[in-house]
Parts: sequence; C-alpha cells; structure tokens
Amino acid sequence: MGEAIDKKDREAALQGMGCSRKRKEDARFVQGTGRYTDDIKLPGMLHADMVRSPYAHARIKSINKDEALALPGVIAVLTAEDLKPLSLHWMPTLAGDVQAVLADEKVHFQYQEVAVVIAEDRYIAADAVDLVQVEYEELPPLIDPHKALAPDAPILREDLVGKMEGAHSVRKHDNHIFNWQAGEKEATARVFQHADVVVSQDMYYHRVHPCPLETCGSVASFDKVNGHLTVYLTSQAPHVVRTVVSMLSGIPESKVRIVSPDIGGGFGNKVGIYPGYVCAIVASIVLGVPVKWVEDRMENLSTTAFARDYHMTGEIAADKDGRIKALRVNVLADHGAFDACADPSKFPAGLMHICTGSYDVPVAHVNVDGVYTNKAPGGVAYRCSFRVTEAVYVIERTMDVLAQKLNIDKAEIRRRNFVRPEQFPYDTCLGWQLDSGDYHTALDKVLYAVDYRALRKEQEEKRARGELMGIGLVTFTEIVGAGPSRNCDILGVGMFDSAEIRVHPTGSVMARMGTITQGQGHQTTYAQIIASELGIASDDISIEEGDTDTAPYGLGTYGSRSTPVGGAATAVAARKIKAKAKKIAAHLLEVSENDLDWDVDRFKVKGVPGQEKTMKEIAWAAYNDVPEGMEPGLEAVDYYDPPNFTYPYGVYLCVVDIDKDTGETSVRRFYALDDCGTRINPMIIEGQIHGGLNEGFAVAMGQELPFDKQGNLLGNTLMDYFVPTFVETPHWETDYTVTPSPHHPIGAKGVAESPHVGSIPCFTSAIVDAFAHLGVTHMDMPHNAYRVWQQIQELGITE
Amino acid sequence: MAKQHITFKLNGKQIETLVEPRELLVHTLRENLSLTGTHIGCESSHCGVCTVDMNGQSVKSCTVLAVQADNAELKTVEGLAEADGLHEVQKAFIEEHGLQCGFCTTGMMMRAYRFLQENPNPSEEEIRWGMSGNLCRCTGYQNIIKAVQTAAKNLQAAEKSVEHV
Repeated sequence: MGEAIDKKDREAALQGMGCSRKRKEDARFVQGTGRYTDDIKLPGMLHADMVRSPYAHARIKSINKDEALALPGVIAVLTAEDLKPLSLHWMPTLAGDVQAVLADEKVHFQYQEVAVVIAEDRYIAADAVDLVQVEYEELPPLIDPHKALAPDAPILREDLVGKMEGAHSVRKHDNHIFNWQAGEKEATARVFQHADVVVSQDMYYHRVHPCPLETCGSVASFDKVNGHLTVYLTSQAPHVVRTVVSMLSGIPESKVRIVSPDIGGGFGNKVGIYPGYVCAIVASIVLGVPVKWVEDRMENLSTTAFARDYHMTGEIAADKDGRIKALRVNVLADHGAFDACADPSKFPAGLMHICTGSYDVPVAHVNVDGVYTNKAPGGVAYRCSFRVTEAVYVIERTMDVLAQKLNIDKAEIRRRNFVRPEQFPYDTCLGWQLDSGDYHTALDKVLYAVDYRALRKEQEEKRARGELMGIGLVTFTEIVGAGPSRNCDILGVGMFDSAEIRVHPTGSVMARMGTITQGQGHQTTYAQIIASELGIASDDISIEEGDTDTAPYGLGTYGSRSTPVGGAATAVAARKIKAKAKKIAAHLLEVSENDLDWDVDRFKVKGVPGQEKTMKEIAWAAYNDVPEGMEPGLEAVDYYDPPNFTYPYGVYLCVVDIDKDTGETSVRRFYALDDCGTRINPMIIEGQIHGGLNEGFAVAMGQELPFDKQGNLLGNTLMDYFVPTFVETPHWETDYTVTPSPHHPIGAKGVAESPHVGSIPCFTSAIVDAFAHLGVTHMDMPHNAYRVWQQIQELGITE
Repeated sequence: MAKQHITFKLNGKQIETLVEPRELLVHTLRENLSLTGTHIGCESSHCGVCTVDMNGQSVKSCTVLAVQADNAELKTVEGLAEADGLHEVQKAFIEEHGLQCGFCTTGMMMRAYRFLQENPNPSEEEIRWGMSGNLCRCTGYQNIIKAVQTAAKNLQAAEKSVEHV
C-alpha cells in the first residue's frame, strides 16, 4: 500500500505524459519578452520593401529607379536584372517548378514582387517604393482555371513553352502543370456502370489563406569577413531553408545558420520560401550589412501561401443499402502562376488519396490536374496535412449526398460503411494502411452525448413550422506525420525527424529537436515524453528548437508531424539513454541487467528491497563510474524514419439555426470528439482543438480570396478577410476516445489539425442539412449570410 | 521631415523623445524604445495585437500617431507585472492556457487589463463583446474567456482582502 502511494507520488512529481502540465513557454510570452522575427534588431540593419505589380498579367516595359535612388536614406533598388548575374532572379520551388524572385520581363499575378527597395528605415523604404516607376503592357489574364487548357487560352509561363515534360507528368498544354492519378480507373468505371445507385456532386473548395497574426519576415546578416550567413526568419522548417539557401547561394551549409525564433502562428503559411526572404539575403550579401524584410498584412494575404482552390467532383457507386462499391474523385487544381505547393516531392496533389476516409471502399480512382492561372502561388496545407482537408471534404460531402439520395440517416450510412475495428491495420484501396481505429464507438459516443434522436425530432418539428435548423455530421480520418522516407521527401531529403538528448551529470536534461513550435507547446510536451521515459522531472528538462547551428537536422513542423515523427524520435532517443543507464545501474549494483526492473525513475534489483539506483544517481555515475569498456557520458541522438503515417480520426456534430430573413447562421452547438491515440498533455490537446475548430469555422463561414475577371484580388485586408472575433466564435465542446497507434513508440498520432480538417465539412453538412428537406444537396463555401440568403431566395421560402 | 519633441509617461517612467510627425506610436515603442512586447499584425486597427493602454483607455498603437501620445500616460505589456510578481491577468492566462503562439497575447492581456477595470465582474457575453477588438488565431478564444473570468475573480478577491485589511 505504502509502496503504491510512493510510486504514485513519484510518478506525479515527474509531470510526464498524460498530465495537463502548464506551459513552459508562457512566462516569456505574458511578459512581452517573446522574440519574434520583427523584434530582431541588428547593428546597422537596413529595411527592405517591395515594389509590387498592380496587374495580374503584364509585360514589364521599363523600370526607372532614379527618383527612388535620389531619396535620402535609400541604399539600393534591385530588380531581376540585378539578380541575374547571381542567377538568383528565379528560385526553385518545393514542387519542382521555378518561381521568379523578382519579376523577370513579365508579371504573372497581382502584387507580384517587381523590385525591392533597401533603405535606412521602413518609412523611407515605403516612400521609395512609390517612387519606382514601372511601365507595364497589360496582357489578357487567365483567371478561370476551367479555361486554362483551352486552345486559345493566354499562355502564362513563357519560360516553359514547349517543355512538355513536367516535374510530375507530361504536360498536355502550356498552362498544364501535371496530371496525377491514384487507384484503378477501369475497375472503378466498371463498378459505376453496374451500380444500384450512383451519386455525383461538384464542389468548389475555395481559395483561402492561413493568415497567422504574425506575417512572414526575415533578417539576413552576412559577415563578409568570415563568409558566414545568419538568417532569422519565420520558418516552420528552418533546416530545409538552410539546405535551400546553401544550394542557391553556394555558401557551404556549415556557414549558413538559420534561426526560427518565436513564431506568431504558422498554420502552413510559413513552410515555403518566399521572394522576400531571398531578397533580404541577397541584399545582405551584396551590401555586407543586416537587412530586414517583413511583409504587411496585405502582402501576406496577397502573395505568401494561399491554400485549397480545388474544383472537385465526388462520385460514389453504392448498393441499395448505401454500402459503397466504388469511389471516384476528379479535381481541377488552381495552383496560380508558379507551382509552389508544399507537398512531399512525389505527391503533386499531396495525400489527396486518403479520400476513402473512414470507409471500407473496395475500389477507387482519383484524378487531379494542376493548372497555372494569373494568381499568387502557394497551395500550402493550411492547418492540415497535405491536401487532407480537401480529401476529407470531398468524401464527407459525397457521403451526405448518398445518404440523402437513399433517404438513409447520415449517421447510419456512415456506420454501415466504417472500417470495422477488427479490420485494422486496414489497407485502403488507394494504398494507405490505416493504423488503428474504433469508429463505431466514437460515433455512438457522440450521438449519445448530443441526444441525436431528440435533435432530429426537434428538427422535424421546426421544419413543419417552416424554420431552418441543420445538423451536420462528419466522421473523418486524417493522414498525418509525414512520413516514411520510402515515399516522402522534400527536395530529396527524407521526411524523418530528430531528437538529441543530453543528460547532465546532476541529472537534468537538455534536448533539441528538428521540429519547431509555433504555439503547439513543444517546450512543454517533449519534456513530458522524456520525463516518462527517463524518470526525470519535466521541470528539469530544457527543450530547444529552431536554431540550425545547434538542433539536429529535421524537416520541421507542419502536417501534424511533430508528435508522430519528432515525438517518436524523442522517445527512441530517450530509450537509447535508458538502455545505457540500465547497464550502468547493473554495474553499480553488481548484478546482471536481467536482474533489474524499471520503476518510474529508478532501476531496482528484483526481489531485493532497497537495492536500487535512481536516474539521478546513474547520471552522476555516467560521468565517473561506468562499466569497463563503456564510453562515459549519457546522451543519444535519434533520427526517426516512421514506418507508416498515423491516422487520427474524429466524429464531429454541429447544430445550426438559420435566420430566414437575413441568412445568418447561428451555431448552436459544436461537439468534437477526437481520437489522437495516446494523449501527452490533455490541456494542450484541448487548446489545439479549440483553435483548429475556430480556424475551420473561419474557412467554412467566411474566409475567401476572391478575384475579379482582371485578376484583381478583392479581399486582402482584415476588413474583408474573415477572421472570427470572440463574438462570432461558437462555444466548443470537446470529447475523446483513445486508440493508440500500434507502430508509434508512444502510440501518439498528432492532433492539432484534425479539428480544422473535420470541422469544415461539418459546417457545410449542417447548413446543407437545414435545406435538405427542400432538395438541396450541396452549397459551396463560404457560408456567409449573403450566400445563405441567396439560397433562401432561390428556394422561394421567405416568409 | 522636422522631428517633433514629445514627452509621455510610459510604464511609470517619464520619457522624452524625438519623432517624425507621421510616426506611428507602435513604431516609437518598438523601434525607438526597443519595447518589442507590443506587436504588429495588420497596421489597420483590426487585429489588436498592438493594443496598449493610453490615458486609461485601450488603443491600437498601430493607428495612433506618436505625437498624439504627447503628455499621455501609457502602459504596455512590459509594465503589466508588478514589483511582487506577475499581474493577475498574466497569471490567469498561464493558468487557463489562454495563449499558444503568444503573438496576440500581449495586446490581448492589455485589453483584458483595461476591460476588467471597465467591468470588474463580466459575464461570458460581456467578455466576448468587450474583447472583440482583439483577434486570436490559435486558441478559439474559449480559454481566453476563462482566463479573463479567472483574472476577474482573483482581482476581486485581492481587492476584498485589501479592503479587509
């Protein structure tokens, strides 16, 4: 009894996995001593600002810098001509294309970078931007991706004319980027021909932007004497940036130091490498002084990293009972003017082929065509793993359409098609292996929690009275934690991740990872993993990330990969240390390793009470009393190459009431059950889920980057671009089940993106459901009041 | 442009400085005075990450000219903690996990600091409206609301104990 209490106390003292440990990063943030990129001020630092194109498609006839250069305080104005001798006027993208750093003879999208001004302060730089005179000859813009492959479409990329071998496939038109397919086309078509029921739904997943509150920026500092380049920048993947900068500049990687300091939100926006970063670096190399570039909000929304923009058709062939026989998905992907999507190299449409979702689908085919248009490049994963939000949206929407067609309840049709618990690990027909899940239990738990039957009854009564009430339901499965290096790399570097742990003689720990936190609380949670593995209190464990001079090489944080990959590396590195510690303990206790049992924070000799060595004692011994032949010290590094992705899942339910006069939607209830496997810190998980739900709400209900026919971006300030405030944001209810990943060292799957991925189709499902009894099967996002009001008008159901 | 001489009280300390007539207060704080706890998110008054306290009101320092702060009394996040430790608002944000990336947090706390003086015992609805000038992308607001409630409770308790003494 006493021993059990002692054990419990020792466990609690560690603050290891499973406890809601308060965050270690908060102390500096609440005091205003966080250090973000724009907070960095180096001696003699200059400021860069961009001259941008007012046109979506135009030829540059001339650029006159004279007036700008004459302004006191202006140091330089650089254009593509100036970067050409250095071969830096174009740069490679992560997707195998190239992107103009500064427009080379032509501009391809509105707000494209045309020239960069370097000045003594940001006010002078902004003044000088207005003084640079650029003469343009307008060209017909290509805005509608459906017209991109027409024979008479304006050709965008003159640098690619005639190059019909693209990075991912043969190109069938000068505006074509790639065709990519997964699954079995003919076999799928055969099933569709003979199916009892076929449904088909077109849907447009609109162009949005992650819009973190901190915009992108960098401070580059090149030391001409020793040839070292240091760059502070807002990057979710600093090591990848180091490799790219070294390749582009010719500076050896050992002399390039990239530092991601505190990051004010990423959400995918900060994965890419942007012209502004390159310009700051080039300017610093040329001028020999530090140069800062920080974009403003309009530049952020207009140029760096849009997301989505998928025109999709989802089709299901099923039997009369609603059991899926085949799935077909067709996508036209608008990639903008340069293919700068941030996907693993082999997957130009990301992991779109996770679109079989949580369902047992016998055969499927996915076809994606990517095209160029006169819009900004990007295609990032906005709070999701690569294109997983799109995949989940298409399957969940199409399931609803099938349910409606067969007049089967949308919970019931999902239950009938779920992969069953005994089928895991489950090989999908599109090539993934779902690691673990218990979808039925999760669904039942949610339906019970919200009293689904009562909600349906209420809805029936309201419908009879002419009121609009909708119930949305989504049962999604994600694919995160990219990924196994056999199929995942970025620019040829496998998508492993790393951890390096050092136990000091007095038993405290310093650990460094290749990932980088942006609010997820890595400094708190990684320490919890190490605490549980090594029996060292998490308060004695310091975590560092983001400085490529000190952290081991990693691919960074996005696609919910930190816990699945970096967290695994951390656990494995800790286990290497523990294995050595056990040898030392055996040596100290003069027994064989087999005689030892692990007990929270110490090794005990089996059956001999009191014969034990704590990790603290072992740490000390590691530096002065190790077994003969063993090297001293207690540290380990692990580069973890995951055997598989992880597959978190969830069941979300949303209840909305719609005002028939105004079209305004009120989200009465949002219930989110997530299963992310082993839970490291429930407080942080809940926080991540709240945030992801809110970003999903933003996308579904209002965010949009719309263009007019000339390619003018119509909403690039926070006046137009919807970021929900406290007032619009619904109250969130969260719940969970725990189904650990069998292949992950601690069974964790990653969590922060599920709520974004899962909530978006759930909002659409709820809103369409409010009109479903009137024959509506789908409404495109964003579901703002005006668009919903239009639907009401179209149906003629005003009072 | 001829610089203007201005003076203001900042976090209890008298400051004199020269600013351009067009200079924004947020730049004076961040660039001249190196107080980088006040952030910049939109430069158009929408996001509130630059919120500071000026003459007893919350203002968005990205759309206040530095010259407007002449003779003003200013408080920024750097002046929030007191000699005996963190302010109740700061403690409550940590306690309730009311922050993630930290970028909106400083402006958010400065608004909460003022809001709780305007309304010491707010309902959830009043918090949602009273704080609605400050955006957050990470938290979904729910834990910030909890933090403001916790801070309100603790501030009131502290006040009562002072009265009691």
